[in-house]
Amino acid sequence: MKKTPLADTHEKLGARMVDFAGWYMPVQYIGLREEHNNVRTNVGLFDVSHMGEIRVKGPKAVETLEWLTTNDVSKLNDGEAQYSLLPNDQGGLVDDIIVYCLSKDSDYLVCVNASNKDKDFAWMTKHNKGSDMTDESDLWGQIAIQGPKALELCDRVFDIKVSEMKSFTVKSGTFKGHKIMIATTGYTGEKGCEVFVEAAGTADLWMTLLETGKDLGCMGIGLGARDTLRTEMKYSLYGHEIDDTTNPYEAGLGWVIKPAKKDFMNKAQIVGKKEAGLTRNLVGFKMLEKGIPRQGYSLFSFDNKEIGKVTSGTHSPTLDEPIGIAFIDVAYAKEGTEFLLDIRGRKVKAVVCKTPFVTK
Amino acid sequence: MAFHIPEDYYYTKEHEWAQVDENIVTVGITEFAQDQLGEVVYVELPEEGQKITQGQTFGVIESVKAVSDLYAPVSGTVIEVNASLGDDPSVLNDDPVNEGWLVRIEMDTEKELANLMRAPDYKKLISEK
Repeated sequence: MKKTPLADTHEKLGARMVDFAGWYMPVQYIGLREEHNNVRTNVGLFDVSHMGEIRVKGPKAVETLEWLTTNDVSKLNDGEAQYSLLPNDQGGLVDDIIVYCLSKDSDYLVCVNASNKDKDFAWMTKHNKGSDMTDESDLWGQIAIQGPKALELCDRVFDIKVSEMKSFTVKSGTFKGHKIMIATTGYTGEKGCEVFVEAAGTADLWMTLLETGKDLGCMGIGLGARDTLRTEMKYSLYGHEIDDTTNPYEAGLGWVIKPAKKDFMNKAQIVGKKEAGLTRNLVGFKMLEKGIPRQGYSLFSFDNKEIGKVTSGTHSPTLDEPIGIAFIDVAYAKEGTEFLLDIRGRKVKAVVCKTPFVTK
Repeated sequence: MAFHIPEDYYYTKEHEWAQVDENIVTVGITEFAQDQLGEVVYVELPEEGQKITQGQTFGVIESVKAVSDLYAPVSGTVIEVNASLGDDPSVLNDDPVNEGWLVRIEMDTEKELANLMRAPDYKKLISEK
């Protein structure tokens, strides 16, 4: 199993460690619900060092990224970040990513999912249009700081005034002599940022944040709460809402596809599917009867037609009720539409609802 | 972490306990199981009168993160179900070896008890986890 620079720190803090996509990661410290609620009310720290970082540099950097990604890289100025997608050659997705512009036209950092890093790097290398591309994943630790008190904590710890940064921007600096990049991005729906830090400084930064944020209720947050927090916001997770077969328009990601602006990998097939008419939508739903939705459960109409599949489901700690995300036939995708969910052979009523489940 | 593992109970390798009183067996999950599951939010149990078979699933327990099957420690007929768990499954986290019992079973044959673990063996099993 691969270890992040924080593995020993998690063990010392008493985290329960699990194998997550080949990484030795904390699933929880004191309990999922407590950690989840703490991020919604105070501030929490997430070890996201397992995420991959791929650096794309040189005069061909923009041309390469424009071809590889669906969003418009050319409009990014110094210090701006962008959510984007890597389309494959089958009409699906290699991954969902964030592109950081460190220096316009010449220096970009692409943050990719841990479970996809090797696949992504191989794919990007294969379709490189002459940029200088390197896998920097081992160089960087990454800590996400999220919650209503996150910015106050950041302003205590960093020279960079994070509270004055706009959303989806990135600034470079140092922490105790270690290089850092602070990005105002996140995966919880709360205020906060994600800090890339030179691997050797990761543990020191983690402990400094924990100590400095004690009076703000700062605590470590495991992968369990990371998943419930993102599900409440209906944020996609690769392997659940999106994979190598997903058309991004069906997954509600049309806002990061800019076909009018540029050409990109397999554009015709991705846009063509939209023009031909989408057959399914990604929706949020709630239960009208007892039971918890889980990935893979089937959705049925009242006349017993299979109309979809659950991509993510959990008991929402914030709402204290079950919530689910599913692909559903377009005819049933309207808010308020009732359907049946097959929970291990038992069919129970559920209803398409408004998302995000939790509004901030 | 010190778990309370009653000496007079029988145990399955899937972390159920069975307390035997003549031919009536009360079944629950161990403290180790609830600790591994995290916060329990839903329990699905059989109906009274249902027949269950040793080693087969007889219900489901769900925490926020995971779904776990429950395995019958012995074969027999369900004669009582802990109805209070439907309203408040958190009892399973607070007191899994007493208040958080799941079902009572009228056991078909005592012979099946030989297939179960006793407390010292069960302690050894979880110490290896």
